[in-house]
Amino acid sequence: MNPPIIFALSILFLPLVSFIFQIFIGWRIGRSAHWVSLICLGGVLALSLSFFANAFLIEGYPILEESVTWFSTGEFTIAMGFNIDRVAAIMLVVVSLISFLVHVYSTEYLKGDPRYNRYFGYLGLFTFSMNGIVLADNLVMMYVFWELVGLSSYLLIGFWFEKPSAADAGKKAFLTNRVGDIGMFIGIMILFFLFGTVNIEDIAYEVSLGMADGYMSLLTAAGILVFMGAVGKSAQFPLHIWLPDAMEGPTPVSALIHAATMVAAGVYMVVRIFAFLTPTALQFIAVVGAVTALMAAIIAITQNDIKRVLAYSTVSQLGYMIMALGVGAYQAGFFHLTTHAMFKACLFLASGSVIHAMHHALHHKGDHDTDPQDMRNMGGLKSKLPVTYWTMLIATLALSGVPLFSGFLSKDAILAGTLAYYHAHHGWTIFLPIAGFGAAVITAFYMFRLIFMTFHGEPAKPDVHAHVHENPLPMTAPLVVLAFLSIAIVFTLPGLNPIVNHGWFTHLVTTGENYAGLVMEETVEGIHHAHNAAMTISLIVATLGILFATFVYYLKKVDAGKLAKMMNRVGLYNLSFNKFYIDEIYEAVLYKPFFWWCNVFSKIDWDYYDQKFIDGWGWVTMKISEASGYSDYNWLDQKVVDGFGKLTQYFSKELKQTQSGVIQNYVMGGVFGLLIILIIFQSI
Amino acid sequence: MDNLTSYLVISGILFSLGIFGVMTRRNGVAILMGIELILNSASLNFVAFNRFGGMHRLDGHVFSIFIIVLAAAEAAVALAIIINLFKNLETVNVDQADSMKG
Repeated sequence: MNPPIIFALSILFLPLVSFIFQIFIGWRIGRSAHWVSLICLGGVLALSLSFFANAFLIEGYPILEESVTWFSTGEFTIAMGFNIDRVAAIMLVVVSLISFLVHVYSTEYLKGDPRYNRYFGYLGLFTFSMNGIVLADNLVMMYVFWELVGLSSYLLIGFWFEKPSAADAGKKAFLTNRVGDIGMFIGIMILFFLFGTVNIEDIAYEVSLGMADGYMSLLTAAGILVFMGAVGKSAQFPLHIWLPDAMEGPTPVSALIHAATMVAAGVYMVVRIFAFLTPTALQFIAVVGAVTALMAAIIAITQNDIKRVLAYSTVSQLGYMIMALGVGAYQAGFFHLTTHAMFKACLFLASGSVIHAMHHALHHKGDHDTDPQDMRNMGGLKSKLPVTYWTMLIATLALSGVPLFSGFLSKDAILAGTLAYYHAHHGWTIFLPIAGFGAAVITAFYMFRLIFMTFHGEPAKPDVHAHVHENPLPMTAPLVVLAFLSIAIVFTLPGLNPIVNHGWFTHLVTTGENYAGLVMEETVEGIHHAHNAAMTISLIVATLGILFATFVYYLKKVDAGKLAKMMNRVGLYNLSFNKFYIDEIYEAVLYKPFFWWCNVFSKIDWDYYDQKFIDGWGWVTMKISEASGYSDYNWLDQKVVDGFGKLTQYFSKELKQTQSGVIQNYVMGGVFGLLIILIIFQSI
Repeated sequence: MDNLTSYLVISGILFSLGIFGVMTRRNGVAILMGIELILNSASLNFVAFNRFGGMHRLDGHVFSIFIIVLAAAEAAVALAIIINLFKNLETVNVDQADSMKG
């Protein structure tokens, strides 16, 4: 084995080592055991960076491509292997960096938790699973780790399982993901059936050779079905419902799940299979992404829980990425995944910092009823939490798409992609840019709403506010690192122009290739042309959103309550506040009919089948047994069996007479017998 | 009269007399005598069949001699039994010996 493979194996298995150590040994050691996890994750980060550096050194080839046969039955062979191309190398850095920072952050945030070591073990398992997805070179291996991500998300979301809501949220996340995973599995099976392989590159190669010509509808179906997995994991409409509930997990976990690992897995998977998605499948993907982006943004406006705002913002941004991939803006989609990972992790960790500080202040005061996550209880925290404030502000600017920050570059590219798509297709596809820009303005609005409600204005509870303190270094250092990584220059080096995204990233990640019918040259050309228009519009909408938020929540020129009432005249506020009633719709459309059917079937099963049919048979059997028992005893036993006994007895009694003991009688019998025999013989 | 039938008739008469003696007498000695008659009729048959049966060997004669030897042995044993019977019961009537009858 050459060093790159050992490195790749280490990247994959070091987090697992951390998991095993924490679960089996760590809890005996206690708090200081987190050093083992930190060292493991630090190693993963260093090795990931080495692959990342290699991406610059090796031109044109995958950095590492190696696979071994996992199992084979007959002609069916499944390999386990690594394929580290440039996309994977960048993704590895993103995953391991954020995972490492979350580990560091958690040492402070989870301090004093009774299951401290188990928590670090689960984080390790999560990172292991995610790295498996990133490294996998085939869809089956990806699926295996995909399910492991599902498992570890369940463990982490339900980490505080004493709270029923957390336990439920874990279950909800797991089950909702399963719905998508079934589609993904069927999609993989269709691809295997079509091409006889599950290796991603091989499938793309076969499609490029035209092996799928004539099966395009099947390929479309396979693409959409595999994308179903991403719908579940990346929280796309209509399976996005688990993500906001997943906020029940510890806040660093939210940062890990919603920035770098779980939800990124879906987008990453679509990036990997992009080459063989047909235009029809891509159109479907784009629409799903657009609907998600717009809807989640609208919901985010009215949420009061600081983490829920960020959760819906995540859903919305994931919708952006999916939409970008759908319209063919491959580079932009993956770029947004990377930049979003940084600033969203920063936002989550910062919100965690706020919650932690609020929690401690409330605890200090002995107040256990006030919700430390509710923004209505905050306000004016800027002076108390300076580091948190500034880092969160930078991340917010990045998310809102303000120039100089990373989000501007990636979002801009996505919006250019949607505009180009509209130019190419016309008609209803105008919905895509509208959703994109609409979500952009709303994003800017709700993010600044969050900032103003949390950090500016008068403290809502001055007594609590007085006890709020900035958190210690392990919590603030990751914030600073991530805030730094939210600045545009980081992604455009060596280019220094902050409004053009040319740099190392565009150098490493190509504009993507598609063999299933999408002409990438035209798409890229279209995006290039739409770039300026998109940039102008997105600047305008971001400014509009920020200004509007400033008016309402900072300068308070407009009363938010009146605004809400006004919007409610057409039902908009309630629609948003109740999350478009999606949960209620599922309740009404899925659960209720489901329970109704369950009731019906239970009734049929118990009341009719069991009580009537099965018990009826029991009755019949009993009657037959009775009759049979009666006839057996009274007829067979009493008459036939006893009859033979009586008969024997009777004849014995009669025949006893003949045994007189007088020899002459016997002789006479013998002689007469002999005579009879002789007569018989004579007559014959 | 030198033919098989006359011998068989005499043998049959002897056999019938023997059977009659065995069946009607109660005296053990008389029964024994009946048995002797039966055996002798059989002997006569053997010799007659040997003579008229077309066989030129002496198989029938040998059987007859065996029967005579057997009859002698039988008479010795039977007479011993009858003497014992008389010693015990003071009679030779065989139907008196019924102490084993259930």
